[in-house]
Amino acid sequence: MKTVEEIKAAIEAAVPGAGVEIVPNPSASAQHSLRLNPAHAVAIAKFLRDDAELALDFLSNVTGVDWPDKEIAEKVKVTRTVTRTVDGVEQTIEETVEETRTRVEPGCLEAVYHLFSVAKKHGPVVLRMRTVNRSTQLELPSVTPIWRSAEFQEREIFDLYGIVFAGHPDLRRLLMWDGFKDHPMRRDYVEPDDFEYEPTAHDEVLARAAAHRAEHSGQEAAAGQERTGGQ
Amino acid sequence: MTTPGLARRKSKLDDWNRPPVIEPSGDGELLEVAMGPHHPSTHGVFRMDVALDGERVIRLKPVFGYLHRNHEKIAEDISYLGSMPYTDRLDYICPLTNNWAYALAVEKLVGQEVPERAEYLRVILGELTRVQNHASSIGFLIQEMGASGTPLMYAFREREKILDLFEALTGARMMCNYMRFGGCRVDATPAWLNATRKVVAGLPAFVDEFDQLLSSNEILMARTQGVGILRPELAVNAGVTGPMLRASGVNYDIRKVDGYGIYNRFNFRVPLGDHWDVYDRFMIRILEMRESIGILEQALKDIPGGPIMDPKAKLRGFRPKPGEAYGRIEAPKGELGFYLISDGGPNPYRYRVRPPSLINLTVLEDMCLGSDIADVVLIFGSVDIVLGEVDR
Repeated sequence: MKTVEEIKAAIEAAVPGAGVEIVPNPSASAQHSLRLNPAHAVAIAKFLRDDAELALDFLSNVTGVDWPDKEIAEKVKVTRTVTRTVDGVEQTIEETVEETRTRVEPGCLEAVYHLFSVAKKHGPVVLRMRTVNRSTQLELPSVTPIWRSAEFQEREIFDLYGIVFAGHPDLRRLLMWDGFKDHPMRRDYVEPDDFEYEPTAHDEVLARAAAHRAEHSGQEAAAGQERTGGQ
Repeated sequence: MTTPGLARRKSKLDDWNRPPVIEPSGDGELLEVAMGPHHPSTHGVFRMDVALDGERVIRLKPVFGYLHRNHEKIAEDISYLGSMPYTDRLDYICPLTNNWAYALAVEKLVGQEVPERAEYLRVILGELTRVQNHASSIGFLIQEMGASGTPLMYAFREREKILDLFEALTGARMMCNYMRFGGCRVDATPAWLNATRKVVAGLPAFVDEFDQLLSSNEILMARTQGVGILRPELAVNAGVTGPMLRASGVNYDIRKVDGYGIYNRFNFRVPLGDHWDVYDRFMIRILEMRESIGILEQALKDIPGGPIMDPKAKLRGFRPKPGEAYGRIEAPKGELGFYLISDGGPNPYRYRVRPPSLINLTVLEDMCLGSDIADVVLIFGSVDIVLGEVDR
């Protein structure tokens, strides 16, 4: 099988301006991956599937990964001009001070694809694509028209991570129910306070129920009172 | 092979791999039925929303999630080893192959070697799992066809013997939690190996009996031949794996392709179907049981002595270096893969299960369209799923 470098060269020869980047994998598995530019992903996918030598006809695994915004603390050397009085004379000197600054590295959502070839019996070739950010620009192209096996797996990623796959024929939630908000597999997901499902209500649960009722007005609170009122 | 009245969807996309759109006949009045989540043929809590024109299936949409517990999220909050017992609950018919796939992925991530005796034990347990899975899945399929009891009880009689072996070795019949990164948890005693040899010696007679009872049964042939056809090019494109793929005539067995563990030491054949229908899927499972018995006989003959755990393997305080790995095995239901990303911490940063049961259901609609509602039960049964793995 071709190495990742050779696959990168083949893609760039077939799809001009593809902009493929190799992501090294330092672990013992040495499964290096290729990061694709989402704008060219469908053309690249078609090439990988239909190329006679690669023949990656089997998309085995599609999954999402969440990379939240990261605060990075860095020590920076800063040169400042300071005015000081030395021996009764005012002097302007330059001083180098070390400062700790924090900068936020913007996060993203990533889709990872594991491709194999049934015809040539080789693999895996790992592809990755990143969204622009985690909140507003969540769109990636769908590869379901190329490999049907992505159909349910992309729906699952849409459900659990919130990546929107443009061009998917039937993009709905897969595992959570339709009215559900939020995406449970994200790293910053907070589980709801589900006191009402506690099998045996005890003091702590009743206190949480009271707090929940205070927070929610109207019908929901009334329903909660009815459920826990007798205990 | 084309169904009359079958019109292709008009679309700009490359749409040969989409389910066809079937026009209703007559006045076009459709009956919509929700089969499940408590339908006895759905092996648990699975729903199919079916639109019927008379008895003919026009549309079928599977609905998932009734058993969803976010296995992957839970695994990201606990240690690597802590997930091992939880993998048993994925495909609870085949706990040992789940253990094996997870151990294999972690071993790939850290470059861990496995001692030879442990590899043999893994093969023995994996193939016993395959035999009991295939036997019971055929039993379920035929039970759903209307043969109440007998074939399923024959299968369960054999499954019981194999589960007794699992219990004797691992302490549990179904929730085995047996494999570790770099080996297995407890060693097999000579008495256990002899008991296994005895059970394996009895298996060919069981498969012969099962085969004679069922394979040329007129009702089974009438109900399953030519039903639920899955074309090989669609099967590959839709990521179908395991006996389903091989029944469609595609020669792809990960035991042969990857040769993981020590599978390249054993002689076995890969049976392939040539009619691509439900009967082929039934027959492939019978033939795979025979091949598994052959592997078991070879493994039980050659099993060496020695340690079952790599002494350098770390279980507690296990922190793999940053990186990622995808490991996969040929589980009885298809390709079971685990994808792990480590950030150097004690918990996996990302833990993903590639469930064969879920992905094999991608083509359920394609296989069922245009057939009778009674055949949907059979086609669905021939996929062989477990909801613990579909919904995770």
